[in-house]
Amino acid sequence: MSNAGKIDSLSKLIPDHCQLQLTSNNQLKHFLTIEGLSKELLTEIMDVAESFYAVADQPVKKVPILRGKTIVNLFFENSTRTRTTFELAAKRLSADVMNINIATSATSKGESVLDTIRNLEAMQVDMFVVRHADSGAAHFIASHVAPHVSVINAGDGQHAHPTQAMLDMFTIRRVKKDFSPLKVAIVGDILHSRVARSQIEALNTLGVKEVRVIAPKTLLPADTDALGVDVYDDLQSGLKDVDVVIMLRLQKERMQGALLPSKQEYFDCFGLTEQKLKVAKPDVMVMHPGPVNRGIEMDAAVADGPHSVILQQVTNGIAIRMAIMTMTLSPTRISKPEVAKP
Amino acid sequence: MMTLIKNGRIIDPANNTDVVADLYIENGVIAEANNKATIDKTIDASGKWVVPGFIDINTELREPGYEHKATIQSETKAAVKSGFTSLCCSPNTKPVLDSTAVVRFILDKSVEAGFAKVLPTGALTIGLDGKALSEMNSLHKAGCVAMNQAANSNMDAATLRGALLYAETFNIPVILKAEDASIRGQGCVHDGSVSSRLGLPGISPSAETVAIAQIIALLEETNARVHITGLSTAKGVAMIASAQRAGLKITADTHAHQLHLTEQDMLGFDANYHLNPPLRTAEDRDALIEGIAKGVISAVSSGHQPHQPDAKLAPFPSTAAGISSLETVLPLMLELVQRKLLSEQQMIACLSQGPAELLGLSAGSLSVGNVADICVIDPLATWQAAGDLWQSAGLNSPYFGQQMIGQVSQTLVNGKLVFEK
Repeated sequence: MSNAGKIDSLSKLIPDHCQLQLTSNNQLKHFLTIEGLSKELLTEIMDVAESFYAVADQPVKKVPILRGKTIVNLFFENSTRTRTTFELAAKRLSADVMNINIATSATSKGESVLDTIRNLEAMQVDMFVVRHADSGAAHFIASHVAPHVSVINAGDGQHAHPTQAMLDMFTIRRVKKDFSPLKVAIVGDILHSRVARSQIEALNTLGVKEVRVIAPKTLLPADTDALGVDVYDDLQSGLKDVDVVIMLRLQKERMQGALLPSKQEYFDCFGLTEQKLKVAKPDVMVMHPGPVNRGIEMDAAVADGPHSVILQQVTNGIAIRMAIMTMTLSPTRISKPEVAKP
Repeated sequence: MMTLIKNGRIIDPANNTDVVADLYIENGVIAEANNKATIDKTIDASGKWVVPGFIDINTELREPGYEHKATIQSETKAAVKSGFTSLCCSPNTKPVLDSTAVVRFILDKSVEAGFAKVLPTGALTIGLDGKALSEMNSLHKAGCVAMNQAANSNMDAATLRGALLYAETFNIPVILKAEDASIRGQGCVHDGSVSSRLGLPGISPSAETVAIAQIIALLEETNARVHITGLSTAKGVAMIASAQRAGLKITADTHAHQLHLTEQDMLGFDANYHLNPPLRTAEDRDALIEGIAKGVISAVSSGHQPHQPDAKLAPFPSTAAGISSLETVLPLMLELVQRKLLSEQQMIACLSQGPAELLGLSAGSLSVGNVADICVIDPLATWQAAGDLWQSAGLNSPYFGQQMIGQVSQTLVNGKLVFEK
């Protein structure tokens, strides 16, 4: 009952909501957030993804690791790219996949999230890949599913999008090899971005030199620096000498409230152009979780230019999701991949 | 009919009393000491505290309209088990407590239940919609001790000004929750490092301070009596202290759990921490405790909002806000005494004398001739907040299942024993 002895700063202990995703011997049971995961585990995910990378180049793009498993893509919010790459990843692992788009289905009839989950569980599902507009939704589902069921968070509200963050880390590692000297800038709507939160956790866990966020003050969360970042409100100074620039997608509805005046002004101040990119390192990587709003977050010339790795991110997303699905659903069935560690 | 409460430590802040003595009750009121009287019933209070029954300014009883969450029967029973002899119930029932018919319904139900007294607070505006004034005088005459806008803070300044002036006409206190609905928006937790980390929409402290600033500005033009319920910020405490120094009739309470929990306690997505007002920072919590010690905050309320289990079974932002808190007020307040942050007198005062005075009630003290609303406390008894010892229909508490220290042994309402451990 007493809180007297409790430390009031953010504890170094792994909070309950992070412990939920690990088994007693620290293997992945669910994949809900980057927070609380070790550098070794994040590295292992990328190593396993590397071992799956070649699958896509084979004439038969399939491995039998998850044969007989049933995976449900449960999307309470619309998505094309994320859902498609999860579906492809599951199919390449030989699992049976079902897509359920709840945004236009059961909950509009008044069915609760829990009822939806219980009903699907009764059909012997092994894994739920969940996207939901509420922060904490994947945790909620993970804490209520049967013990044999795994949950992967495909984006919950403004909280986390850990598979996106891991595919971004994988993309960075494939180009830069080593995280430790990197300066990374994340530009745009940090406040509403689950992608940014997960990227910041992952970059800090993997030990990059510096994580910067660049945004107008209306798009920054409270106590932003407590997330482990340096805050810039000017694009030019924030981009100086960075190795990686991650541009975030700007939702059009941000223009309606008291957050931003117009797309034009946003592009003028925070949009990426080849000119503005000149202060970054010459070999800077430009990333974007997609889909890009050309002329708002960045110029077409940058999106399609030599620094852009946006399409590689999409490709890498399949390998990362294969790795995470395998590690959560069938940890014993991975033979240690034989790839050179960076 | 004479009842004797023997050998207890009588703590009665209104009379500045703290002695081990006997307390006599005759025909439902507190009587003079009388060695020769025939005693019909004796309660041995050795080693226990004998204090005025607690008065809760902010409770939701859920009836009429939300009986699936709780009822007047279930919650008044939980109240007397927890030391409360009077509960001010919030007007956000269905139908809203804006007519004398609903007042009578609630009073009848509470008499029928036979546990704590229920003191209805009437809706300040019809339907609590913040647009048209309720029939305050009729509601007051029917038994409402105050007018209350509940959690419906979407009221424009002109309407609030009119409501305060009208309430002042009849000298009716007005209870307001200080919250600017536009700043709160979709927020569900304090806007700080934890909300940023968990990606939960935040409620910034300015949601409270902007509302307080508006109320203070309106009080400067009217002579109304306003009570702010559920204060949560350090800034808010400072603003109210300064308004009180300027002579405005403004009082405040905070909820007992706000004196313990902070945003840092909520590092997961446990919906039992989805509260309104939200849990704020350690600095805010400390300022609230100091506000009680200095008398700026003259009452502590429960902010009791019992829910059915389903209400908390959803992803965090989609759950209903609120805590079932009647039963944890006493142990939480005793802990502050044990940690020497409040004296025994201060702790008992903000649960009895304080709320009685700001509502203009004659209750809240053990003066001879007063109605015998009394509770006997065993400050060292331990109990588990679960099973048969949890009486509220709402189990939605972060303390549910935990070991608590401090328990009520007996509660008397109008001199009648309504609870005994």
